[in-house]
Amino acid sequence: MNMRPDPTFHPTAQLAMKAPVENYGFTVMLSPDGSQPDGIAVVDLNPKSDTYGEIVHQVLATEKGDEFHHFGWNACSSSLSPLTGHAFLERRYLIVPGIRSSRVYVIDVKEPLKAKIHKVIEPEEIFEKTGYSRPHTIHCGPEGIYVSTLGGGGKDGTDGPPGIFIMDCETFEVIGRYEMDRGPQDKHYDFWWNLPQDYMVSSEWGLPPQFEGGLVPDDLLSNKYGHSIHFWDLRKRKNIQTIDLGENHQMALEIRPAHDPAKSHGFCGVVVDTTNLQGAIFTWWRDDDGTWQAKKTITIDPVPADPDDLPDMLKGFGAVPPLVTDIDLSLDDRFLYVACWGLGEMHQYDVSDPMNPVLAGKVEIGGIVAKHKHPNGKDFAYGPQMVEISRDGKRVYWTNSLYSTWDDQFYPNDEGGQMVMARVGENGGLELDKDFYIDFPKGYRSHQIRLEGGDCSTDSFCYPNV
Amino acid sequence: MTLELSSLTALWWAVIFSGLYHGINPGMGWPLAVSAGLMERKHSALPVALAMLAFGHLIAMLAILLPFSLVTTLLYWEEEIRIGAGMLVIAMGVYLLINRRHPKFLARVHPSRLALWSFLAAMAHGAGLMLVPIYLGICAIGADDTGHLAARELMGNNIMNALAVAFAHTLAMTVAGGLIATIIYFWLGLKFLSKTWFNLDVVWALSLILVGGFGVYSAYAGH
Repeated sequence: MNMRPDPTFHPTAQLAMKAPVENYGFTVMLSPDGSQPDGIAVVDLNPKSDTYGEIVHQVLATEKGDEFHHFGWNACSSSLSPLTGHAFLERRYLIVPGIRSSRVYVIDVKEPLKAKIHKVIEPEEIFEKTGYSRPHTIHCGPEGIYVSTLGGGGKDGTDGPPGIFIMDCETFEVIGRYEMDRGPQDKHYDFWWNLPQDYMVSSEWGLPPQFEGGLVPDDLLSNKYGHSIHFWDLRKRKNIQTIDLGENHQMALEIRPAHDPAKSHGFCGVVVDTTNLQGAIFTWWRDDDGTWQAKKTITIDPVPADPDDLPDMLKGFGAVPPLVTDIDLSLDDRFLYVACWGLGEMHQYDVSDPMNPVLAGKVEIGGIVAKHKHPNGKDFAYGPQMVEISRDGKRVYWTNSLYSTWDDQFYPNDEGGQMVMARVGENGGLELDKDFYIDFPKGYRSHQIRLEGGDCSTDSFCYPNV
Repeated sequence: MTLELSSLTALWWAVIFSGLYHGINPGMGWPLAVSAGLMERKHSALPVALAMLAFGHLIAMLAILLPFSLVTTLLYWEEEIRIGAGMLVIAMGVYLLINRRHPKFLARVHPSRLALWSFLAAMAHGAGLMLVPIYLGICAIGADDTGHLAARELMGNNIMNALAVAFAHTLAMTVAGGLIATIIYFWLGLKFLSKTWFNLDVVWALSLILVGGFGVYSAYAGH
């Protein structure tokens, strides 16, 4: 137990931006065929180091076939909230779920070069205590560690709706289900919140049979993937409003609330509009009378293509959909990064006015048809996917894999894992760093990135900017 | 008599001192007052939040002290009550030393319900119990001076004592916590929030044991 709060806890997003920069990154290593154990790659991000931009350590899972995907910290800046009384936790453990196995690994990264597995929570414990399966997004919150799941009970995860469960933030014991009244929520993906305002927002991908074996085209074309976002009274654990974005807006994935808790808005990315193949970003906000609203504020058009250049799944459409698969908001709530995994583009929008985003920068790399090369001349498999922004907002890191079976459908000829970095201009603009290019060990793909000391998609703050 | 007067003064100072101590402890809520002022974007939210925290704390003190003010009328059992109360406070301290987990239910309180939060935080941490041995000491001296009074009048006196102890303690707490909150809010800024926040868990538990021990000792010693 510490006498002082962890130095990586910051009362406000502003103060987090001024904190020392990241020295290490932690990136998922995924063995898509389950022939090797998945792992977490420790990446050296200190430009002064001899091993800068290299994988300097690997923590491998105890089992194979877990399918690591998203992961998060045991504690974030919100631990400083006097309400939670956890000010002396350390931001030290990564909670890494396997979305295929439902096993959860707790990895101690206090010494990044000696990072090791601290605890393994077996799938049975999660099934038994929560009735959920396929754990996904991790956030540290008021009552412990919150874990969203993609599946309910039963073999294929369709016995009951998926939801969120809570783990103890000190012992990592699974406590139980979060929801007391889920309302119409029957699918799950991402969630995040505003702690002082006491609301949570959650999103929907699809049920396990809709993604585990690959994207199901019939389900997509009949709009059966998720297309609603849910607003919750966080502490009452109650769904207070569900907004249907329209059934054509298939797969409402990442939820990114403004980091400044005095603001009551945020963003949600939609993978594909089935009427026109566009990718979209919705801005959601709370009205003066307390009701939630959502409006489409960014659309990204598909690009026509020769069917011969397209994978089977897309031949009939004669176009490449942008496929907005991940978004991330800088800590100053100014720039929203949008990964267009199909096109092979990373967009940077100035969202200073959240209702009127303006494209401020763009990088082209990879892509189903475009196949843009990295400035160093090397190939980039797939397209830009999981994106993470440094706390100071000056560096943007991303990887390339979406999900094992989906990679193979959209990019049947690609293989490999890469992590790259782009630098952000003083007033926006985005440029790939020619010298930062990490090729993952053979047989591994790459997914979500976490940064030492916290990052833009995990840190929640209990104090507003001043 | 002089001895009693000086020990009475010392006990009242203990009431004030414990108030300052609770007020400085971030766990009793001053960081919430800073947060309230910033969230509502107006200075007046800060004193309002401090008042709500004070109110919750006051109620928690009274919830513990008033029942004791009733049993103090059982003069015959005075020593046993004071020893029992001291042991109870020691037990709370030992419990907090052993169980270092934070009470989870506090996190379920809505951030704007500051009075409720303050009440629950004080109860969960045994803040009221810390006052009991001091309060019983004050009552005992009072009872000696007014030994001829009827039980009803004695009880009235002791209830007044409980109110006075709770008010004085809460006032001291609010002054201390309010001072820190105000300095951080207006001058130092939130950067100092993480620097001024110390882990008082162990010190707090030891304080309970110390105060409980004092209660037991003073009961044996006569005062």
